[in-house]
Amino acid sequence: MRHIVSLLVENEAGALSRISGLFSARGYNIESLTVATTEDQTLSRMTIITTGSDRIIEQITKQLNKLVDVVKLQDFTEGNFIEREMMFVKVKAQGEGQRAEVKRLSDIFRARIIDVTDTTFCIELTGSGSKLDAYIRAMHENNIIEVVRSGSMGILRGEKALTI
Amino acid sequence: MELSGSEIIIRFLKDEGVEHLFGYPGGAVLHIYDALHKQDTVKHILVRHEQGATHAADGYARATGKPGVCLVTSGPGATNAITGIATAYMDSIPLIVITGQVPSHAIGSDAFQEVDAVGVSRPCVKHNFLVKDLNKLAETLKKAFYVATTGRPGPVVVDIPKDITAPHIKIPYEYPKLISMRSYNPNVNGHPKQIKRAVELLLSAKRPIIYSGGGVILDGASEQLRDFVRHLGYPITQTLMGLGAFPGTDPQFIGMLGMHGTYEANMAMHDCDVLIAIGARFDDRITGVTSKFCPYAQIIHIDIDPASISKTINVDIPIVGGAKQVLTQMLKILVDSDQPVDKSATQDWWNKIKFWQKQKSFAYEKKDGVIQPQTAIEELYKVTGGDAYITSDVGQHQMYAAQFYPFDEPRRWINSGGLGTMGFGLPAAMGVKLAFPDKDVACVTGEGSIQMCIQELSTCLQYDTPVKIINLNNRYLGMVRQWQEFFYEKRYSHVYMDSLPDFVKLAEAYGHVGIKVEDPNDLHDAMKQAFALKDRTVFLDIITDREANVYPMISSGKAHNEMDISPLQQKIQATLKSKGEIA
Repeated sequence: MRHIVSLLVENEAGALSRISGLFSARGYNIESLTVATTEDQTLSRMTIITTGSDRIIEQITKQLNKLVDVVKLQDFTEGNFIEREMMFVKVKAQGEGQRAEVKRLSDIFRARIIDVTDTTFCIELTGSGSKLDAYIRAMHENNIIEVVRSGSMGILRGEKALTI
Repeated sequence: MELSGSEIIIRFLKDEGVEHLFGYPGGAVLHIYDALHKQDTVKHILVRHEQGATHAADGYARATGKPGVCLVTSGPGATNAITGIATAYMDSIPLIVITGQVPSHAIGSDAFQEVDAVGVSRPCVKHNFLVKDLNKLAETLKKAFYVATTGRPGPVVVDIPKDITAPHIKIPYEYPKLISMRSYNPNVNGHPKQIKRAVELLLSAKRPIIYSGGGVILDGASEQLRDFVRHLGYPITQTLMGLGAFPGTDPQFIGMLGMHGTYEANMAMHDCDVLIAIGARFDDRITGVTSKFCPYAQIIHIDIDPASISKTINVDIPIVGGAKQVLTQMLKILVDSDQPVDKSATQDWWNKIKFWQKQKSFAYEKKDGVIQPQTAIEELYKVTGGDAYITSDVGQHQMYAAQFYPFDEPRRWINSGGLGTMGFGLPAAMGVKLAFPDKDVACVTGEGSIQMCIQELSTCLQYDTPVKIINLNNRYLGMVRQWQEFFYEKRYSHVYMDSLPDFVKLAEAYGHVGIKVEDPNDLHDAMKQAFALKDRTVFLDIITDREANVYPMISSGKAHNEMDISPLQQKIQATLKSKGEIA
């Protein structure tokens, strides 16, 4: 099953490699990993999307907690949370017909065109992973030049928060 | 007080109570060695290879309970130390390894003797640090000791660039007494509700077994374990790492369990209805095939490391906490309870265990004119009165030592259980002897293992650490040969130790005493002679039966009750069968 794990990590050199190293050393899956510092410069916030049986997920959270650099951790999966991912897509856009079609499709998905050339559009889109997948599917495969995805980030709904 | 980085390191070690520092100098640590030269509180032991430094510090730590400390240079110094760091990591031994690093400005430039020590050691340390700021040096060292020695202990590497140790840059130094880390707060107290549930389950058992491991020794909980086991009157088995926590000669101890454990311990594991694991981690050498592990048992697991719980075996009552604390809590409930332990409830169980014991699973056949490896260990036990510190290398000799030398005290049996590092025994013995100069220290080894760190014989001479090397020499890499005999139709692929050195001459060349024994009749006297030479390192080269095997054995994919037993035990079973004692 897919899990979304959110972590607060000491903002120290090597913290990221400890975490990614743990996943590769123990053979766990990482679907995506995002990380950046928080409002507190000594802390980084990380979101990891991983898959595994309940037993594996339990081990992943325990092993992550064991790392000295990990300050706090929560598996959001069972709770009430918001998940978003950001994507840039560069597509071919040549001739009136194709340019109009890309624009129309982007409007449907509430995507924004953020860069334009005579032959290309660059589009920004935010949403759940499945929404981004759907956009890629809808866009004719031959039209796509490149795709850049951020990986998911998550936050708890309501007053609950992952803070120290 | 204004000190340079190098002086801070040495002063800190002194303030921390470190007496011995195992190390090897080199370019990146020259400043530190200069500071070391100007004092005599911290004694430096110059090993002959950095692996030896880590194993010696490790042996010292295992025997004393204090952290072992090493100092090595950058690059090859750091990489040579890795095997020893990984060894300590697998057995949860507190070790602090200070590695020199190229100057900060040169890091990442592929400088001479540069290696990313933090990166290379990361998978086999509890934690590691790269010191980037001289002002944080003392605090970082304190954190290293704190992390290494608390919770589930383990090795910590502190990588220090050369410029941080420069002699001309001085800053104020104060010993950082207290340290707190927001991201690291190990819990030692067990949850009271879980403990109560565990006690109730234990008291309801008809076929209980206590299975304890190295965690009990690491936490200094032997006394609590003894009180607990004796109060309950239940049988106890111990892992290879746990031997000595409960006395090996006590009738309640039914032997080591696992791959080469006793028949009775493994059978009892298979048949038990309640299992309590204390400071043990259900290692694959213990469990046999996990799908058939303790099929009838409800399992209680006490461990300081939450990640060890339900990692390989699902448990019914997990208790996260230190062995000492949790056993004290459990014993208090037991003692305060109005209900005495009903010893009659487990009488049938004990009878069953005694019947298994009758089959004498360690019994072995003697041959005329050939020394059996088991006999050598039995002689070692006799001559040392069972009171020596025994280190070992890895292989058949290690199993024989574990089987035939019952340890009555903790921290006496020192071996690489988790990583299985050949070459561990001799440097570890050296470390133990430095800690306990008046005690007998013997390294049980084989002609394969001893050659992996034999250079430390030189260190033994320099620092006057008269250890006894008990070399069970069967001219084979015995354990590998045994597997090739059992599972590869005797295709002995590259296990013959051809062109062995003359170990007697070798010992003499290093300035020690060498004694070769080939005749079983000479064994006792040779052993006595070796230990009588109190102030000499003695290399006892014992020529043993070439194809002796370690029994019982649980092969891979097999359960506890599916052991291969020795030919002699098979005969004993046949006799018991003919008498109608086995169906």
